[in-house]
Amino acid sequence: MADITIIGAGVAGLWAAWEMCKAGLTPRILDRNGPPGPHSCSWWAGGMLAPYCEGAVAEPAVVRHGKDAARAWAEVTEVTYRGSLVVALQRDRAELSRFARRTSGHRLITNELATLEPDLTTADQALFFEDEAHLDPRGALLDLTRALAAQGVSIERAEVTPEEFSGPVIDARGLAAGLPGLRGVRGEMVVLRAPDIRLGRPVRLLHPRHPLYIVPRAGGLFMLGATQIESTDKRGISARSTLELLSAAYALDPRFAEAELVETGTDLRPAFADNVPRVVVQGRVLHLNGLFRHGYLLAPALAQQAAAFLTQGIKGDMVHEN
Amino acid sequence: MRDFYGVTLNSPLMLGTAQYPSPAVLEAAFRKSAASVATVSLRREGGQGQAFWDIIRGLGVHVLPNTAGCYSAREAITTAHMAREVFETNWIKLEVIGHADTLQPDPFGLLKATEALAADGFEVFPYTTEDQVLAARLLQAGAKVLMPWGAPIGSGLGLNNRYGLKTLRAAFPEVPMVIDAGLGLPSHAADAMEMGFDAVLLNTAVAQAGDPVGMARAFALAAQAGALAHAADPMTPRDMASPSTPVVGKAWL
Repeated sequence: MADITIIGAGVAGLWAAWEMCKAGLTPRILDRNGPPGPHSCSWWAGGMLAPYCEGAVAEPAVVRHGKDAARAWAEVTEVTYRGSLVVALQRDRAELSRFARRTSGHRLITNELATLEPDLTTADQALFFEDEAHLDPRGALLDLTRALAAQGVSIERAEVTPEEFSGPVIDARGLAAGLPGLRGVRGEMVVLRAPDIRLGRPVRLLHPRHPLYIVPRAGGLFMLGATQIESTDKRGISARSTLELLSAAYALDPRFAEAELVETGTDLRPAFADNVPRVVVQGRVLHLNGLFRHGYLLAPALAQQAAAFLTQGIKGDMVHEN
Repeated sequence: MRDFYGVTLNSPLMLGTAQYPSPAVLEAAFRKSAASVATVSLRREGGQGQAFWDIIRGLGVHVLPNTAGCYSAREAITTAHMAREVFETNWIKLEVIGHADTLQPDPFGLLKATEALAADGFEVFPYTTEDQVLAARLLQAGAKVLMPWGAPIGSGLGLNNRYGLKTLRAAFPEVPMVIDAGLGLPSHAADAMEMGFDAVLLNTAVAQAGDPVGMARAFALAAQAGALAHAADPMTPRDMASPSTPVVGKAWL
């Protein structure tokens, strides 16, 4: 018999389940599509654990909680601790100093860049965020699912709503939860295979019109992301976004022109007005939602706050009581 | 005071709604600056921007939809019709872009679209250059407001051609004009208002500032200061020093 029902097996629901297990509770997970896959928003993420970089535009809470993400993920999956790099093209050099002013945890590197990333020849300087990390998001979801299975928690395929249960429920359905104030923000991404190119860590290209990040993955794969459009249009990536992402990658390393275009993806990030996630308490239902572009960065902290609220009544800064 | 298609604005500050860190910051920037108009683009949302558009409507200011990102009159006209439907307003900030790098207006497409939209009942705010001949043609085509650029969109350079803007202002004293695009600092906004323009419109300078809310307020104060200064009939600069206290009667040594 389960102590708590979790609806939604995306990054938020799975982390909630993991934290419940750690708190000694037995969760039950239901998702209308079953285990994580392309139907879930988390599937399309970059997998950067880059709290300091996000601080350039995100609220301080994102940086504060994001700092614990790498350590949390390392409990269940492989985390690569090699930091991340931020670069700008020659004519946009001013963007680099602006980014440096608005973030912390970085240092400007010049000669060292060639040692860190010998392939990154288009940039002669970069901001190095040494304490940042990244992971393979799909592998991480799979590992988390396995870790839960080892605890006896499986993911049941069923379309349900919180009203159908009489006990405590965690609603982690993302946009489908239909919470007031929650909106969808369209994101588009591209995966390229370029075995000739070697990058050890995520690279962000600051560009006034087409900012881009590239996250290296195993097997010569690179994830290029991601657009951010205030729209709930879920159709496939637009030609324009494809052009922009690919052009930016090409500007960073012309060899990307020869890469194989393996995959494109589009999904909607659930977000509240301040783009900071929340645990919304509605009676016996806890909503974990609004992770925006910070699913992997903030799901552990959000789940921890939900668990602390449920088991000890501690009200963290992301907990909102209705 | 010159009005905008019958609407008198409480503040000469108009703000764009793109590129803010979050809708919450956007909302605070409008609240703290008391900006009177919000521009909003429809082009990229694929008709599915409902949630964001609701936020814009909720700001409680006049909404001025734009045709940003349109490269032809036809595209701009289609977008304008979509905007009228979504926001239930005849106002349209008409952008027909002629060059992808400089984002400068295409005067020919702009004129064509202005004609078509004005004939269709739209109240057109054409985003134009400081060119006087083009301005005359746009007015002839039915525009009753002009939006000359300060400098290329997003450049933050301020008023690039003060001479051109000054002559444009002088040439059409009855026409309400908004300096749109290129403003980077509050002093640029004050400058434009001191020259007798009726409002300023900006986006990047506020949205991409480290503190967008603080910067929005700074622009609001500067625009107001400039408007006050213009209304107060500023002194004329002169080359000779002119003491503010009389020298008559003092000993010449």
